[in-house]
Amino acid sequence: MQETKINDFVVRFANVNGTGSASANALFTKAVFRMGVPVTPKNIFPSNIQGLPTWYEVRVSEKGYLGRREGVDLMIAVNPQSMKKDYADVHAGGYFLYDSSKPLPPGYDRTDITHIGIPLMALCNAEFTDARQRQLFKNIIYIGALSALLDIEFAVLEGQLAEQFKGKEKLIEPNIKALNIGVDYCKENFDCPLDIRVERRDLLGDKILFGGNSACGLGAVYAGATVAAWYPITPSTSVVDAFAKYAAKYRVDADTGKNNYAIVQAEDELAAIGMVMGACWNGARSFTATSGPGVSLMNEFLGLGYFAEVPTVLIDVQRTGPSTGMPTRTQQSDILLAAYASHGDTKHPLLFPASPKECFEMTVDAFDLTERLQTPVIIMTDLDLGMNDHISEPLTWDDSRVYDRGKVLTSEQLDKIYHVVSATNGNGNNAEAQPDQEAEHAGDFLEQFNSKWGRYLDIDDDGIPYRTIAGTNPTRGAFVTRGSSRDEYGVYTEDGAAYQRNVDRLAKKWETAATLVPEPEIRWSADTPVGSKSAVEEADKSVGTPLGVIYFGTSSYAAEEALEFLAADGIHLDAMRARGFPFGESFRDFVDSHERIFVIEQNRDAQFRSLMMIELGVDASKLISVLNYDGMPITADNIYRQIKGSITK
Amino acid sequence: MTYVRSTFRHPALPKNDLGYTVDYYEGSLSTLCAGCGHDSINAAIVEACWQLNIEPHKVAKLSGIGCSSKSPAYFLSNSHGFNSVHGRMPSVATGANLANRDLIYFGVSGDGDTASIGMGQFVHVVRRNLNMVYLVMNNGCYGLTKGQDSATADAGSKSKAGSVNLFEAIDLASLAIELGATFVGQSFSGDKQQLIPLMKAAMSHQGFAFLNVISPCVTFNNNPGSTKSYDYVREHVEVTGTMDFVPYEKEITTTYEAGDVSDISMHDGSEIRLHKLQKDWDPQDRFSTINAMQRAKQKGEILTGLLYINEDSRDLHSMINTSETPLNALSKDILCPGSEALAKLNASLR
Repeated sequence: MQETKINDFVVRFANVNGTGSASANALFTKAVFRMGVPVTPKNIFPSNIQGLPTWYEVRVSEKGYLGRREGVDLMIAVNPQSMKKDYADVHAGGYFLYDSSKPLPPGYDRTDITHIGIPLMALCNAEFTDARQRQLFKNIIYIGALSALLDIEFAVLEGQLAEQFKGKEKLIEPNIKALNIGVDYCKENFDCPLDIRVERRDLLGDKILFGGNSACGLGAVYAGATVAAWYPITPSTSVVDAFAKYAAKYRVDADTGKNNYAIVQAEDELAAIGMVMGACWNGARSFTATSGPGVSLMNEFLGLGYFAEVPTVLIDVQRTGPSTGMPTRTQQSDILLAAYASHGDTKHPLLFPASPKECFEMTVDAFDLTERLQTPVIIMTDLDLGMNDHISEPLTWDDSRVYDRGKVLTSEQLDKIYHVVSATNGNGNNAEAQPDQEAEHAGDFLEQFNSKWGRYLDIDDDGIPYRTIAGTNPTRGAFVTRGSSRDEYGVYTEDGAAYQRNVDRLAKKWETAATLVPEPEIRWSADTPVGSKSAVEEADKSVGTPLGVIYFGTSSYAAEEALEFLAADGIHLDAMRARGFPFGESFRDFVDSHERIFVIEQNRDAQFRSLMMIELGVDASKLISVLNYDGMPITADNIYRQIKGSITK
Repeated sequence: MTYVRSTFRHPALPKNDLGYTVDYYEGSLSTLCAGCGHDSINAAIVEACWQLNIEPHKVAKLSGIGCSSKSPAYFLSNSHGFNSVHGRMPSVATGANLANRDLIYFGVSGDGDTASIGMGQFVHVVRRNLNMVYLVMNNGCYGLTKGQDSATADAGSKSKAGSVNLFEAIDLASLAIELGATFVGQSFSGDKQQLIPLMKAAMSHQGFAFLNVISPCVTFNNNPGSTKSYDYVREHVEVTGTMDFVPYEKEITTTYEAGDVSDISMHDGSEIRLHKLQKDWDPQDRFSTINAMQRAKQKGEILTGLLYINEDSRDLHSMINTSETPLNALSKDILCPGSEALAKLNASLR
């Protein structure tokens, strides 16, 4: 019927939400992964607890393409509600696997696909009597069937079950029995394997299979976050779930049994970010995770954080629109909301991770950045990255890494500024403390204060002032934190000139931020190594193509695949994966050195493109949008069509 | 407001046990209206902290937005303060407290800041029994925006412009008790004698200590017909009793006339000696307190004093089992699991 496709196909599972299909389907993905073959699962699920249709789509790709691909080669249709549509969605030449306990209704008569009927319910009911078991093992039976049909090594599945039910060994045997029912039925009734199948490879090395939200939660543990405050919202909830899980594992004092962390489920997102700001203001590392509607609610605090210069880490797991939008579908549509959140002249550094490894690393970096810059930092991930497992490079940690706590003055430093001899005993005699005549800190930055610390003095000329934490020193360093009506010493004023000096300093701080956020990853079409500075300089001298493409976050997988398709057509584009905002020098250079640039993003209004126009003053005609906003992860085919269409017009 | 503050201090000003005179506990010059009840409350805070021998830098002052919320600048200039977001002080206080459990958290709010925009956060901070003092300077109106009624204005109360408030008032003290607050006091800005021991007890309480202090707005709500005017409040205050706060390790020296005296032991070893004037009322019994408050309300009286206290409560840290060492003092070697743990985790993800 069709040519044999080894390690190159898409399977879609059409299930009913809440029937235990998720763990069975994950078993399938992991088995392919363990056979050394690149695999990408996508949950396509409803905003529902039980009963509505849910899909799980798995792409197997020998070439290592990790984006979504259009078209379904094998449909596992076990949900009568969606069967008609599922039937129509199978690619010509593909397979339709269904439960043949009852005959298919009339109309299921396509001749361009192969029907595989397996009496899943009948087989299951014959073997199991308990109702819940019947529901769960039906799923395992079709995984067994796939093992035979797609040539998945049985021993791999067995090994996974043994791990999964460690400590509950009684459950292993019935699961294996269920698998075998599927295997046996297929071997007896069909030519196994099919012409789409999995073959063992060694393409994954030491890579891991991990979700972005889990990686963010773990990153917060590694970054030393101690206070998490949050309000449940899909698709961000599992970030804090992961933080809770890893903190319970790594952060409980072995001697006292006490927690070296605190998690508070707040009454709403306003309170969540308020708690985070309170904790950060008071010297702890703290974060919250939310999605678009939550960011809307956090706007007022984000503005205060910007003006009052309070560190805050916010993880925005983006999704489509409002609460009754499509909260379980993915998008990159909070770009402008996050970049300019709040009242007045505000802007916020953004980080754009594209893989679980980057979710981990950028979460750690965000805590350093927010404390270095004393401003809220927002990590822009999305549902696709957060709630799906992705193949990723293993996570790494350098034990010599020191947390950058930023410019925080110690009690001793405060004393030194005021030339006070040890005033930290708090015995009430501080006022009589003598100046330190033998001050040995000539050239010390503390001297720059001229014997008087000011919370908003910019002595380093980078726009970042020195802060103090409550409880540090009995007589020095106290001040009242408030918005922007204060002078360099934190004293209340409504003087216009003081306000302007202050916000101009914040603008300077923004320039500093541009040098600190992660650099873009640039790949020149002429085979130069990815990203390196020398690559940028070299390419500047000999620009190969006037066409460029910019993408970020989860658009990256599909974008890079599309670039290969285009290259095969002889269309070569230089590519830049944005990783941070504000845009730094190399970002600007890339934009300047190309005549036309495609900007790929997953929202309707081309928000990232707007951001470039606002911040860099790029001419609108130079930037061509490549958009996807139906709530499904963007595909390479889609990007290819749009770019190719635009170029050949 | 006053523009100039005399720098002269009497050389014989008494010192507390830490060697500080009371002026060490003052803040910057108030910018509130002359005669504002809030300034009297600020003065009481200064006095209470001085008497309690508190190290000012071990206090964090938190507020939302409004006249009341400007107050933290006007006391304890050696304490850090955070004049945050309208109605959101409770969340900021919660985060700050989670970060460092060793400080005293003094929150100042107003009736608009708490009973309207901040009601959501207020009720939840009560539920969590956060270890803090939460003081509402309650004047029944919005001062900074020129005198609109707030949600604590009594139905029938008349504004300066002559309009009558139509809506029922929110009684914050009753609400706090209903929600499970573990320390609730009510007072009047003009009654320093009552306010100071009440504040001292509140600061010593391990858990959420709520103080609802009627604090007349001299500019917008001090007119005849207003139930938050100085005259009205003075006439309608019904004191539950007198109290004295005896810090830990201090001898009880106050003498009381014969009457109904009861001592309440606090967690830190301090004692509250209460001289009750109200019969059938036990401040450790929520039911009797609610009854007493309802009776007073029926008679048009404002019950003041320590209304309710539960010293057996557990504060948020205790409930969620956080480390005794403040979280903001934990170092990387305690917080970061390190590369070896990560290698193991990677292995589990293959």
